[in-house]
Amino acid sequence: MLFDLIASFIKAVLVFAVVMSFVPFLIWLERKLVAWMQQRIGPNRTGPFGLLQPIADAVKLIIKENIFPSGVEKITYFLAPMMSMIPALAAFAVIPFGSPVRIMGRTVNLQVADVNIGILYILALSSLAVYGAVLAGWSSNNKYSLLGGLRTSAQMISYELPIGLSVVSIVLLTGSLSLNEVVRSQASHGIWNIFPQFLGFIILLISYNAELNRAPFDLGEAESEIVAGYHTEYSGFRFAMFYMGEYVNMVTVAALVTVLFLGGWQAPFGPEIPLLWFLIKIFAFILLYMWVRATFPRVRYDQLMALGWKILVPASLANLAMTAVIIVLGGPNAVRILSVGSIVLAVLVGLVLKAAVALRTKSAPGLAPPAGAGS
Amino acid sequence: MTKPIRTEEIEVSMGPLHRGMEKIAEKRTYFQYMPLVDRFDYLAAMLNGALYCMTIEKLAGMEPPRRAEYIRVIMMELNRIASHLVFVGTLGLDLGASTPFIYCFREREEILDLFDLVCGARMTFNYMRPGGVAKDLPPEFAPKCREFLKKMPARLREYDDLLSNNEIFVERMRGVAKIGADEAVNLGLSGPTLRASGVGFDIRRFEPYSVYPEFDFDVAVREEGDCLARYLCRTEEIRQSLRIVQQALDGLPEGPSSTRINMNLKPAAGEVYHHIEGARGEMGCYLVSDGTTTPVRLKWRAPSFSNLAVLTSALPGWKVADSVAIIGSIDVVLGEVDR
Amino acid sequence: MNPYLPILFMLVIATAFALAAMALALFVGRPRPGPERKFAPYECGIEPVGSARDRFPVKFYLVAMLFILFDIEVIFLYPWAVVFRQLGVFGLIEMAIFLGILLVGYIYVWRVGALEWQ
Repeated sequence: MLFDLIASFIKAVLVFAVVMSFVPFLIWLERKLVAWMQQRIGPNRTGPFGLLQPIADAVKLIIKENIFPSGVEKITYFLAPMMSMIPALAAFAVIPFGSPVRIMGRTVNLQVADVNIGILYILALSSLAVYGAVLAGWSSNNKYSLLGGLRTSAQMISYELPIGLSVVSIVLLTGSLSLNEVVRSQASHGIWNIFPQFLGFIILLISYNAELNRAPFDLGEAESEIVAGYHTEYSGFRFAMFYMGEYVNMVTVAALVTVLFLGGWQAPFGPEIPLLWFLIKIFAFILLYMWVRATFPRVRYDQLMALGWKILVPASLANLAMTAVIIVLGGPNAVRILSVGSIVLAVLVGLVLKAAVALRTKSAPGLAPPAGAGS
Repeated sequence: MTKPIRTEEIEVSMGPLHRGMEKIAEKRTYFQYMPLVDRFDYLAAMLNGALYCMTIEKLAGMEPPRRAEYIRVIMMELNRIASHLVFVGTLGLDLGASTPFIYCFREREEILDLFDLVCGARMTFNYMRPGGVAKDLPPEFAPKCREFLKKMPARLREYDDLLSNNEIFVERMRGVAKIGADEAVNLGLSGPTLRASGVGFDIRRFEPYSVYPEFDFDVAVREEGDCLARYLCRTEEIRQSLRIVQQALDGLPEGPSSTRINMNLKPAAGEVYHHIEGARGEMGCYLVSDGTTTPVRLKWRAPSFSNLAVLTSALPGWKVADSVAIIGSIDVVLGEVDR
Repeated sequence: MNPYLPILFMLVIATAFALAAMALALFVGRPRPGPERKFAPYECGIEPVGSARDRFPVKFYLVAMLFILFDIEVIFLYPWAVVFRQLGVFGLIEMAIFLGILLVGYIYVWRVGALEWQ
């Protein structure tokens, strides 16, 4: 009993420390990586390869003057940055990051809390991040902040639907809400969920990008329209808190997607080295998001909402229906049939979208796409 | 704010950048004023300089040597490319894509390197002179320029990948703020902003000046009149300008690059208007001389100034997010608007 | 041991960190007085006009309502998904009816234009 208590406390502290130390590294990585993609050098003054740049930034932000702009609602203004970071950290508690190990003759789960409703817990906590944006936008006494807060909240709740619907399909495959069970079921199926749930994976990839407020869906902080969105009035460490929250959220989402779709801590080949594969998968996912950010321009707000409500929701419903039908009718071969079916469905959805775009382009006269510009 | 968030009315507020530059001309000799014209449209300073010199030549009835004309064309077209690159980059940046901006500036930097080689400056060149150019091309210019011309098509494909063929970008630009041909003409638009509305008016083609008739190029015209068309017109113009530079470089005649003229130029009394196809449209210079060393009046027709007028009718009714694309697609340089 | 206890640990640690950082920032970067302009809301250099807490488009409220409706239906799917294999064909048909009703609502919402943003 006491051992468990101490062990879980130590695990909680360790996970907190690791995730928090990821944040400055990720900030550095993103700046450096995007710089390289853009033929720039990126941070290189503080420390080797500029590695200490985020630390320097944090120090700078913490010694900045604490400003409460006039007319802010102090309590909510103070709470908002914390509301965006704490849930993200707490959500990490249920992520299993390795198979159980034996320490001092006892089995220890590499997971802070093994609860049987892990998926629901994570979905619930990640929705809480909305409060950070709404409270910040409302309390700031700034029109841009209000607009940013509203935009962000509407965007986040809209994209929660496709996320919820895609995760249900995973639960269908697994038959459990425990994240440990999700990983084990992928081992027993002998195939990672990304294959039988390919469409679900794509939907989740897009939805989480919107949920994280990252480019090309960073409408809540679109600098060419509403300055900095809901954190316009934030400076110093309160701003840093938002910034950190964004990256903690990204780590949590990456870990969640790894567990749900990429087989968790399992090795794709070779021996299973604790944590190594888990970290590789998380980073692969994060790097993908950074790449996306460097590539795309920002979408417009109505386009964003249309994508969520009119494309991703029906697509995830179709995915859910297909998964359910194949599981019932396919019997023991269900996962294999699904692996083919989901790719077919993804292609089908892509074709429908292409056709819809072509149809709309045709129906509006004079808007034909440019015929091969060039001399 | 209970209504949808759209632009209802727009008021173009000009003046903060006013420097009284046209007035200054009345207190300077023709040559003393040379460096100042670079400050009109500072993204295409070579074109400003060329226009000013051509106007003086017209006023004084001179002809620059052919080699100078060719060099001017090379410089003007290179500068047009550089200016359009800034347009492509900043438009992308306004729409939230940071990478094309850096890519475009990378290529612009190479053009500026070429200018640097020729005249030692990278932004305000002061390279054109009445009667020719300030200095002949250095020997290393031609190979470096050819290298640039060879590199450029691949780079343009890169922008196409990032912007022109990007679904998000196209969706934000297509059908936005359509300007009809009649409206465009009535508003006095010119340059790519006009040609995107289906009016194929290009001074280089219809009132040829300098040695443009000797080159083979197409006028980029699009029918749609929306933001996407304005963008595509400019990317197409980059390609055409590359063609012109290539031809001018190949056909560069030998000979002097300038004629000697008196620094205290005293053109005969009279007035003259000359216009060229600037990077943003019809750039004109009206010069009145009374036979002394200083002009009586200089008036600059700035394309950005006229093109800005379209905003009052193009913006209302569109979303705030669209206004970014619309203003970006008209490509205004404020240094030229306020003068 | 209650399996939810470690979550509490995690929450406490995270909150403690956040509070400690904020407190430290308050201590180190002590607010200094300044002209009123210094504390004015940022509006790109122009003096703010009117209240920032203005009325905003009702559309956002509509989206929130739609979200609640649909999200609750999604939540109903979770228990069903867990026991789906036991339910078999019965569960499939049952959920097909449930999703059918949801779909009708969805199509209605789409048709009346609640998903259009102006």
